[in-house]
Amino acid sequence: MKPKTPAADPEPLPYEPPQELQRAQEERLREVWAAPKGWKYWSAVNNTEVGVWYTGAAFLFFLYGGLLALIMRLQLARPGNDLVSAETYNQIFTVHGSVMMFLFAIPVFESIAVIFMPQMLGARDLPFPRLSAFGFWCFLIGGVFLSGSLLFDAAPRGGWFMYPPLTSKYQPGVGADMWLLGFSFIEIAAIAAAVELIVGTLKCRPPGMRINLIPLYCWYVLVAAAMVLFAFPPLIAGSMLLEVERAFKWPFFDPAGGGDPVLWQHLFWLFGHPEVYIIFLPSIAILAMVIPTFARRPIVGYSWIVLAAVGTGFISFGLWVHHMYTTGLPGVSLGLFSAASEAVAIPTGVQIFCFIATMAAGRVARSVPILYVFGTLAIFVLGGLTGVMIALASFDFQAHDTFFVVGHLHYVLIGGAVFPIIAGLYYWFPLLKGKKLSDKLGKIAFWFMFIGFNIAFLPMHFTGLRGMPRRVFTYPSNLGWDTLNLVSTIGAFILGIGIAIIVWDVVRPKKNDPMSERNPWNAGTLEWVPKMPPEAWGIRTIPEIDSRYPIWDQPNFLRDVDQGRFYLPDAEEMERETIVTSPIDATPQQCLRLPGPSFIPLLAAVTIGGFFILGTFYLWMPAIMSLVAGTLVICYWLWIGTAKIPEKEEKDVGLGLKLPLYESGPSSVGWWAVLITMLAISTAFACLIFAYFFYWTIHPDFPPENATGPGVLWPSIALALILGSWGLGLLARRFNSAGKAGGYYGSTLGAITLALAGGASMLAGPWLTGLDPKTHVYPATVWLLCIWTAGHAVVGVIMHLYCFARRLAGKMTAHYDIEIHNVVLFWHFVAITALVTVLTIAGFPLVK
Amino acid sequence: MTQQSLAERKESLWRLIASPTIWAAHFMLCYVTAAIWCAKYVARTGTLEPIRWAILVFTAVALVGIAWNGWDGYRRHRFGDAHLPHDDDTPADRRRFLGFATMLLAGLSGVAVIYAAFVAIVFRSCR
Repeated sequence: MKPKTPAADPEPLPYEPPQELQRAQEERLREVWAAPKGWKYWSAVNNTEVGVWYTGAAFLFFLYGGLLALIMRLQLARPGNDLVSAETYNQIFTVHGSVMMFLFAIPVFESIAVIFMPQMLGARDLPFPRLSAFGFWCFLIGGVFLSGSLLFDAAPRGGWFMYPPLTSKYQPGVGADMWLLGFSFIEIAAIAAAVELIVGTLKCRPPGMRINLIPLYCWYVLVAAAMVLFAFPPLIAGSMLLEVERAFKWPFFDPAGGGDPVLWQHLFWLFGHPEVYIIFLPSIAILAMVIPTFARRPIVGYSWIVLAAVGTGFISFGLWVHHMYTTGLPGVSLGLFSAASEAVAIPTGVQIFCFIATMAAGRVARSVPILYVFGTLAIFVLGGLTGVMIALASFDFQAHDTFFVVGHLHYVLIGGAVFPIIAGLYYWFPLLKGKKLSDKLGKIAFWFMFIGFNIAFLPMHFTGLRGMPRRVFTYPSNLGWDTLNLVSTIGAFILGIGIAIIVWDVVRPKKNDPMSERNPWNAGTLEWVPKMPPEAWGIRTIPEIDSRYPIWDQPNFLRDVDQGRFYLPDAEEMERETIVTSPIDATPQQCLRLPGPSFIPLLAAVTIGGFFILGTFYLWMPAIMSLVAGTLVICYWLWIGTAKIPEKEEKDVGLGLKLPLYESGPSSVGWWAVLITMLAISTAFACLIFAYFFYWTIHPDFPPENATGPGVLWPSIALALILGSWGLGLLARRFNSAGKAGGYYGSTLGAITLALAGGASMLAGPWLTGLDPKTHVYPATVWLLCIWTAGHAVVGVIMHLYCFARRLAGKMTAHYDIEIHNVVLFWHFVAITALVTVLTIAGFPLVK
Repeated sequence: MTQQSLAERKESLWRLIASPTIWAAHFMLCYVTAAIWCAKYVARTGTLEPIRWAILVFTAVALVGIAWNGWDGYRRHRFGDAHLPHDDDTPADRRRFLGFATMLLAGLSGVAVIYAAFVAIVFRSCR
């Protein structure tokens, strides 16, 4: 190693701070980070509380989905059974699939990351604690709403893929609306958490934790969260189209009106196949943390695992049509997706080999977590092998929609997600309350789960090859399916017993259990720094990092942390604080102050959720009022909780380092959050543009010859006005920076005026040319693009009004100007949206 | 090489993901081109010949971009005289790590692009 210069690589304090100072520091940290007591506990925003709620809720939904699965297996245990009716069975399998995929598998990855990633990164919390709380409450409200539908015989019945026309013409009841609106709301929660995790990983690392030293778990979570940004918006866009069709009869998927149900499949699977990897990657990431610990050595092939995570993240977006091989697409199209489906096996295999190599190179210590790791590897690899089979279009033609696919999917998801998550549960549990789960119960549960799983799902491959379709509520006897189905049912109950044992292990009273020793597995990574039981402060002092495994490699590391010898060992001003660092070298850039407890995120979730829930029942006026209330709550949240002007410019964070307390523009974490959010919103917009060109591709005549609008005039006027508004917004920012109040207020009012005029002009195009969206998919699509663009202009106006009020109140100034930077960033995207919309609806017909 | 070349501002995660991004662009171009051609310009049994040539061109361009990115990664990986696993807490090892990961991603992306190009070899019509 090269010698390090002290300035570039600071060492901890060379002496122990006085005892009384250490005690005083700890008291202040304990007080400032404490979660509220009593009913106010539910206003907590600490990652350690919100993350546990989130994880607990996700597991409860998992158990609910599991009960539904057992009912399904009982119904299928023998031919001609009538435990439940066909109608009820259809609801049960739809809710089972939807709950498992949307209410357990995605939320649990995000919630585990919310709890443990700050611990791994030596951060006090993630950068937006209230956003995490908001995401949790959105998830809980949406989840209860969805799950409850089954109890009122009101659940959707078309399977978790929600294919039209099964979910449009043939399902007039409220169930499909509950799914479309409920899951759109839940996906807001997932995207909020993704924003948090991306900014947290890239900007909230401990000083010195360079990009080559990041825990692999954080690499995986970064990739999965980035995938959420691009995979979830297609489903939101598709759900919007389908809900508008159901509510207002705009024929996006109805062939009678020029629509096409295959468009739904494209949008759904553009979401749905990356989703499988969004579930798999953070789960397998748990193995990347557990395996080095029990192998007693660093991971083998760190760089190769980064290849595997990033490579999988990209290629998984090239797989979506492999769920659509039987739709009649041309062979060359199927071939491209088959090629990508085979290619994704390469990075998947790479990570498995790295894990095996690490265990082979080390000396693996026995433990319950490592037992589940072996279960993962065995089951997931089998699922991967059948995945390669299904990736071949010619084989899939035979296996499509049979139980073979059901077996494959469960091998991949239970092997690749449930087993690793339980490994993580047994591994990390001491960090929650200071006590271990039971080794004995963990082992018993493992064998019930492993044996039961294989007995349940292996036979499905054979029933599938013998032709049994999935989603049938019963079957005739003597087709060779009878015994196999009974065996599957028995296996499912054995698996269920294993899960029940784990639940008991988690919930059983542990008063008499001894406190775990500190770092009970002798791990090397930062999440194991806390003494037992852990404190609410996250980490006693933010360390300077020199290794991938600091506890193993840095001398006296735990002592230095305990004694507050690194950064931010105190909370002198009684503020919650953490350090913002740069993405590549984790160079300290800011001391970020974080907000504390608040009920505002809950109120925001209730009011925004009210819009979706009331909209489900077509109660439009109450829904709009709820949305307005939600907007007001969010403005209030921003007003009192963000972009606060600090009492001083800089703070001494320790080891001779002074950092600014306030940053705006690209230096601020809020700016990055806006940018990342806008990437997600732009992806949804791209899906709407894709829909327009999809219809053009499938129709010989699109726009139809007899189409009368929207013409060129009004779209062009709208574009000019919106671009003018964007320009005035830039001018407003410049005036604000120069401290010219008159110029700022004038430019802002001008921007607002032009934006409103631009939005109105955007709607005037289809309106004044007589486009009726109910008659054909062409006017429907044009209207949708115009409404989308006008809607974003309105949101931009609200943002400008907010900044206007902030400046009037003296809370935004020439120097303290986070707000205007973020709003201008939003307007960049509005300008691009307007340009693309007008080029598409007005320009494209001129050249087609 | 000078100390200046190790400065943080000279590194970017965008270079790391350049090759997978090229793969994604190549994939989308091939898919969209073939889909539009088969849907709008020829019958179900019509020739795919122009598309096969188009995919060949897309593939050549993509592979050049990926090779360039991979070579750039290789040079950074070979910076100085250190060896894997590039886990030292130094700017030089950070540079080597990003270079090595870039090179690996370029390799995977190249394989995936070639897999996609094989489709143009196998299919001659839109059937």
